[in-house]
Amino acid sequence: MPAIALVFGTLFGSLIDLNHPGNYIHWGFIQMSYGNLAVIVLMVVVFFAAILIPFKTHKEKGGDR
Amino acid sequence: MTIADPKAPRADQADLDKAADRPEDADQWTAKIRTAAVDALPPQKLLPDRQPAYVASWIYVFGVVTIAALIVVIGTGFVLALFGPNWWHVSSTGLFVNSLHLWAVEVFMFSMVVHLWGKFFMAAWRGKRKATWISGVVSFLVSVGAAFTGYLSQQNFDSQWISTQAKDGINSTGTGALFNVTNFGQMIMWHIVLLPLVVVALVGLHVLMVRLRGVVTPFAAKNETPGVDAATSGAEVQA
Repeated sequence: MPAIALVFGTLFGSLIDLNHPGNYIHWGFIQMSYGNLAVIVLMVVVFFAAILIPFKTHKEKGGDR
Repeated sequence: MTIADPKAPRADQADLDKAADRPEDADQWTAKIRTAAVDALPPQKLLPDRQPAYVASWIYVFGVVTIAALIVVIGTGFVLALFGPNWWHVSSTGLFVNSLHLWAVEVFMFSMVVHLWGKFFMAAWRGKRKATWISGVVSFLVSVGAAFTGYLSQQNFDSQWISTQAKDGINSTGTGALFNVTNFGQMIMWHIVLLPLVVVALVGLHVLMVRLRGVVTPFAAKNETPGVDAATSGAEVQA
């Protein structure tokens, strides 16, 4: 296996190890896997980033608008 | 519809195109539908070159990201259907296409949720856009069903586990006899025929309604410039 694949495989394999029962948070009647929680957090982050990060627009050519 | 005289010289398509707007044909249903469709959505409105200035924000890109992901989902779904489960579970190319299908669905649901949040906080149902909002909500709900039946159609232990767990939930609603999650034949037909057709039809309808009414104006646009409505102010940027 190439060294870079080994490094990335080990790095991500330690972060996302699927060879065991899933980890869940328990919040009252709410039960959710950490994977689903991560996706929800990421959606919130992307939502606010989309509002805050400026959007580059084309400049008008020769117009007064 | 007027039937051409069979003894008359045969008209080619150019002649028929010229005859398309004859006044004597105006009361025919084909002419009425065509006129109504073109009046409601002329080509330049259906596929515009410019958008209002307020659309220049990243929050407006998630609708089209959702559509792009849906195209990948449908395309990879076609390939998966072409070769079948032995291919998508065993061969490296099959595993790759299967993963593309899964991750395109992840992107589809992810971007649709961000799009939904954006439109919710814009109150995007304003300005006669209630039907647009509702069609989006129904698309979302049907997409959840499409994704769920996809998980049931994987042909592996995961799909068996999900179906045996879900059957109790579905049965508790009293619909288990109609929608039997342990019936693989029924689930795969829902996944590859019924629900994709409904999702594509709803998304198509949703996009047509967006083009019909335009993108909803932001709240601040009206308040900042009293008397000037952003929708009619002519402020535009190139798309």
